[in-house]
Order: sequence, then C-alpha cells, then structure tokens
Amino acid sequence: MSADTAFAPGDRVTILDLGKPGHVRTPLYVRGKTGVIDHYCGQFENPEERAYGRIGRARIPLYRVRLTQRDLWPDYDGADGDTLVLEIYHHWLRPA
Amino acid sequence: MSTTDDPAHHHHHDHAHAPHPVREDDDVALTPGEAKFLALKGMLIEKGVLSADDIRRRHEINARGSPHQGARMVAKAWIDPAFKARMLKDAKAAAIELGIEVTEAELMALENTPERHNLVVCTLCSCYPRSLLGEPPAWYVSKAYRSRAVREPRKVLREFGVTFPDAVDVRVHDSNADLRYVVLPMRPAGTERMSETELAALVSRDCLVGAALPGVPEQTRPLR
Repeated sequence: MSADTAFAPGDRVTILDLGKPGHVRTPLYVRGKTGVIDHYCGQFENPEERAYGRIGRARIPLYRVRLTQRDLWPDYDGADGDTLVLEIYHHWLRPA
Repeated sequence: MSTTDDPAHHHHHDHAHAPHPVREDDDVALTPGEAKFLALKGMLIEKGVLSADDIRRRHEINARGSPHQGARMVAKAWIDPAFKARMLKDAKAAAIELGIEVTEAELMALENTPERHNLVVCTLCSCYPRSLLGEPPAWYVSKAYRSRAVREPRKVLREFGVTFPDAVDVRVHDSNADLRYVVLPMRPAGTERMSETELAALVSRDCLVGAALPGVPEQTRPLR
C-alpha cells in the first residue's frame, strides 16, 4: 500500500495526539477525535520539518478530515448535521 | 546615526531603522513584537536568506489582493456554469484564468447551497488567501473569532446577522495547514437581470469567508 492511498474518502480515522513540540498544524481541540476522510489533498512537505529550515524533504499525504460538531463538543449548540473539516497530515491519523 | 569608521560601530545592527518603517510615526517605543520583527528581518537580510527587495515584492503581491478579485470570481461563476465547475475543481487555476495571480499553494472553493453553509477560520494563526483577497479583516485574526467559530459557529454567524434553520448544515473549515479557502455564496434571488459587474458588487469581503451573505438589490428588498 503506497502512502498516498493509505486512506480513502469515507474511511473512519482517529486524529492522534502525538504530543510533539514545535511547529505542528494539528490543533489541540481535534486530538483524540474520530471523523471520516472527506478529501485527499495531495502530497505536501511536512511543516514540522519546513519550520526549522529543512526544506525539500519527503512529501507526505494530507487529508481533509470531517468531524461532526456533536462528536467534537458534547454540548454543541446547533444542528445534528453541523460539521467541521480540517487538514491533517497522514502521520497524525490512524484507522478508527 | 553617524557614519563613523569606529570599528565598534562597524557591525552595529541598526535594525530599528529598517528601510521600511513599520508605523507612520516613530515617536513611540517599539512593542516587543515589532522589535523582534525588525531584528529578525534585519538578520535574514544580512545573512542573505532574503533581500529587502524580496520582502517588498511580497508586500506588493499581497497589496494586489483584494475582496474585489474574489467578488469577480463569484460573479463569473454565477453567470458561467462551466467556469463555476472549473472553480470548484481547482480554484487556483480558475483565478489564474481571470488574470489573478494566486501565490498560495492550493486554493479550494467551498460552494454554499440551500442545504449547506460554509464558514472559514484559521484557528492556529491567520491563514487566508491573501494574494486573492488581500489582508484579512481584524476580526478574522482575533482570538475570539478563531476560538468561537469552531465551537459555536451559529452563534458567531448570528452576531454577523446571518441565521440558518437547523435544516441547513453549517460546515466550518479550519484553514490549518496547506490549503486556502474561498466561499462561493449562493446567487441572491431577484438578480437574474444583473450584469456580471453588478453581481460582483453584491459580494462583500465577509461573504468570501462565509461570515455574510451577498447583498440583496434594494428594489427587491421587502419593506419593513
């Protein structure tokens, strides 16, 4: 299985909490939450490397992950169909 | 500062007087953030990582960005279904088609429909398609908007004067990594006879991140 086909739209995934310091782009409020792959964005350089001048390294898959607001916030004040989508790099995801 | 040959001054880093002033007037002390910015900028130039000209040119590109460019794209999509399809497939290519220079890596258009409203936020910093839309409004980069838009989007939208029934899904997009987003609003009713230019005038900056809806022409707005 090649890295860029690791997840497909509709796959259920859990966003990991890697506890990694530095320039990470996975916000705290989604860590540990489960959603589905909405869209495969392509391969991008890892910002966790780029931020420290390591430019031109390997590219990694980036996905748009969709979560329901009710899963994100148990006391969410809105409709059942409300969702949030954000971009998560492959190494922050595991199959759910 | 004198142009002394005193070796003690030879390597002095006079960062507080960079060629581009950060403020109009220099009569108050720099904030710590401004001082850090000028020091970093000075070092990057001195080490040859960037030139002052690189920085100026980037400012120029961002200064060309304007909500009017986004509004042009929206109006074109409203009157030209083929263009709309291309915009939804690859918004960056669609912008370039209109002669708009987009420097961001990827641009995605988010289509509002009768069933879904899209709202864009960057919770981690201030990501925004600057080369298309220019600098973001102050509220977009405020901590209040960045934290509340993902937590209570309907309440935030109500404060902007936009309300939806529960049958409309509100979808929040956190612009947290490599993509940048522009919202394609729905064309208001009663605009069937309007020209592309007239349509573009209905699309405000805030519509393009989903915080507002396109203006309704005065003649069709119900009297109160």
